[in-house]
Amino acid sequence: MATFTRPRTLKETITHYCPGCGHGIVHRLLAEVIDELGIREKTIGTAPVGCAVMMYDYIDCDMIECAHGRAPAAATGLKRVHPDKIVFTYQGDGDLAAIGTAETIHTANRGENITVIFINNVIYGMTGGQMAPTTMLGQRTTTTPEGRGMHGEGGPIHVCELLRSLEGVCYLERTAVSSPSDVLATRRAIRKAFECQIAGKGFSLVEVLSMCPTDWKLSPDKAVKFVNHEMKTVFPVGVYKDK
Amino acid sequence: MGQKVLLKGNEAMAEAAVQAGCRFFAGYPITPQNEVPEYLSWRLPQAGGVFVQAESEVAAINMVFGAAAGGARCMTSSSSPGISLKQEGISYIAAAELPCVIANMQRGGPGLGNIRASQGDYFQAVKGGGHGDYRLIVLGPAYVQELYDLTMHAFDWADLYRNPVMILGDGILGQIAEPLDIRPYRPIAELPAKDFALTGCAGRASRVVKTLILQPADGLVHHNEYLQQKYRRIEEELSLYEEYETEDAEILIAAYGMSGRIAKGAVRRARQKGIKAGLIRPITLWPFPKEPFRRAAERVSRILVVEMSSGQFVEDVQLASECRVPVEFFGKGGGWYPLDTEILEIVESMQANPSVWATRKD
Repeated sequence: MATFTRPRTLKETITHYCPGCGHGIVHRLLAEVIDELGIREKTIGTAPVGCAVMMYDYIDCDMIECAHGRAPAAATGLKRVHPDKIVFTYQGDGDLAAIGTAETIHTANRGENITVIFINNVIYGMTGGQMAPTTMLGQRTTTTPEGRGMHGEGGPIHVCELLRSLEGVCYLERTAVSSPSDVLATRRAIRKAFECQIAGKGFSLVEVLSMCPTDWKLSPDKAVKFVNHEMKTVFPVGVYKDK
Repeated sequence: MGQKVLLKGNEAMAEAAVQAGCRFFAGYPITPQNEVPEYLSWRLPQAGGVFVQAESEVAAINMVFGAAAGGARCMTSSSSPGISLKQEGISYIAAAELPCVIANMQRGGPGLGNIRASQGDYFQAVKGGGHGDYRLIVLGPAYVQELYDLTMHAFDWADLYRNPVMILGDGILGQIAEPLDIRPYRPIAELPAKDFALTGCAGRASRVVKTLILQPADGLVHHNEYLQQKYRRIEEELSLYEEYETEDAEILIAAYGMSGRIAKGAVRRARQKGIKAGLIRPITLWPFPKEPFRRAAERVSRILVVEMSSGQFVEDVQLASECRVPVEFFGKGGGWYPLDTEILEIVESMQANPSVWATRKD
C-alpha cells in the first residue's frame, strides 16, 4: 500500500509561509518531481527575491540565491558551465515580470535549456501587498488603493501569452494550485517542464496561479475562491506552447 | 619566451583570460571595450569555453555570478556607464565571495560622457561602487604586456582570496596596439579547492550560495567582520607598484595606469634637464601601496599627482603620504589626458618655486 511520505528533496522543517499560501504546495510538487525523475543530485536551483527567497531552507539540492529578477541570468551562467546539470529558477511575478522582464524574455529567446517555475499571485507578497505586474484591473493593493487602472498603471502582464511567440521557448503552461485537480495538473506540468530540459529542448516555463491570503486580506478558503473565480478568468489555465 | 604578436590592449586582455583558463564570458557592447567580446566570441568556443552576448550589463554580471557559483573561471568587461549598471551584481558577488574578473576600460563621464580615455571611475572601483561594505582587488595596468600579465594574475588572486578582481584600464590602454609576448599561464600560488561550487549534490550535502543573512540577528555583522578580516589580509599580502628614479628624487610624481605611463616620460625629460624627479606608479589600486609613499614622504620635498580625472586617486596619495609633504594636483575629467611636456612644465615650475603650490586645474 502506498503511504504519503515526505519527498527526499523536501527538507524536514517547518516553512515560514503564511497559512493558505501556495508556495508550500508548489515546493512539495517540485520536490516530488525531482525525486520521481531521480535528478536531485544533478539539479541546481535558483531562489528569487521575494517570499521564496529562503526556499533553499526547504528544497534539498544545490541552490543559489539571486538578485531580484536576475535568476534567469544566473541560471544561464550555471547551465552554460554545467550543461549536464538540471537548472531551474523559481520566481514570483514581481521578480519575473517587472524587475526581471528583460532577463525573462532574453533567456527564453536564447532558448536556454532551463526550467522556470513562475508563481503568479498578482501581488508583491514579501513587501506587504503592493501592485504586481500581474495585478488585475480594479484590484486594490497598497499602491493602488482605488484599484489598478488601465490609465496610469496599465493592465496585467500575461507572461505565457507574451513568451509564446519566441522561437527558443519549447513549453509553456499555466496552472493553479487552488483545487486538487489543479494541484495534479501543476504536478504534471512541472514534470513535463523538467522533461523538456532533460531532452535538451530549450526554455520551459510553468506559470502557477497561487494564493496570497495575507496580502489579499482574505481567509485561505476565500483566497482559493479568488483564484478559481477571478484569476482564472483573467489568466486562463492551459498549455500555451508545447513543441 | 612565448610567441610575439601585435595586439590591442582589449585583445591582449581577452587572450590572457583564455590562457588563464577563463571558460565563461558574458558582456554587452560598449565603446571602447568592444574588442573584448568580439575576440572572445570566437576564441572562447575554440578553447572549449562559452561566450554569451547578454541583453544588458545587468544580465551579464549576473550570468558571471552564476558561472562563478558553478566553479568556472569567468569574466565580464565593460566601460564606465556599463560598469555602473553592474554594481548591484558586483556587490552580490563580493558578498557571496565568488571569484571572477571584471574589466573596466574607462571612458569620459559623468553620464553618457564620451568615448575618450578617462580615470574618472577610480572612487567607484576602489572605494566600493555597489552597496554595502566590500572591497574589490583593483589593478591599474599601463602597458599592453602588463595588462596581459595582470589579467592572468587576476584570475589567480580571485581564486586565492575568493573575491572579485577589477582590471581598471582606460580607452587608450584598450585601443593601443603593442608588441606582446604571449606568455604561457603559470599559477602564482597553489590555489584553494572550490568547495563552494554548485555542481549538483552527488555524494555530498547540498550547498547554497547566498547573501541574505537574517539569522542569527547578528549574523550579518559577523559576516562583515569576517570579510573585513579577509580584506586586511589582502592588504598585508598584495601590494604592487613601479618605482622609477625615486632614490634621490626631490619631486615625486604619483600616477597610475595611462597617466602613470605618460608621467614616466615626463620624469625622463626632467632628469635630462637635471631636475631630480621620480615616479611611483601604483599597480594595485586596492590594496593601495601605502609603503612607498610613506617612505618617499620622508625624502621628497613635494608630490605631484597626475590623474585623468578631477581628483580621486590624489586623495589616496595624500592619505598614504600622511600629509607630510605638499601634494599638488594636475588632472581633469571628461576624457582629457596629460602630455609629458605639460607635466614637465609643472615640474619645472615646482623646481623654480619651491614654496609656491603649482596646482593647475585649468
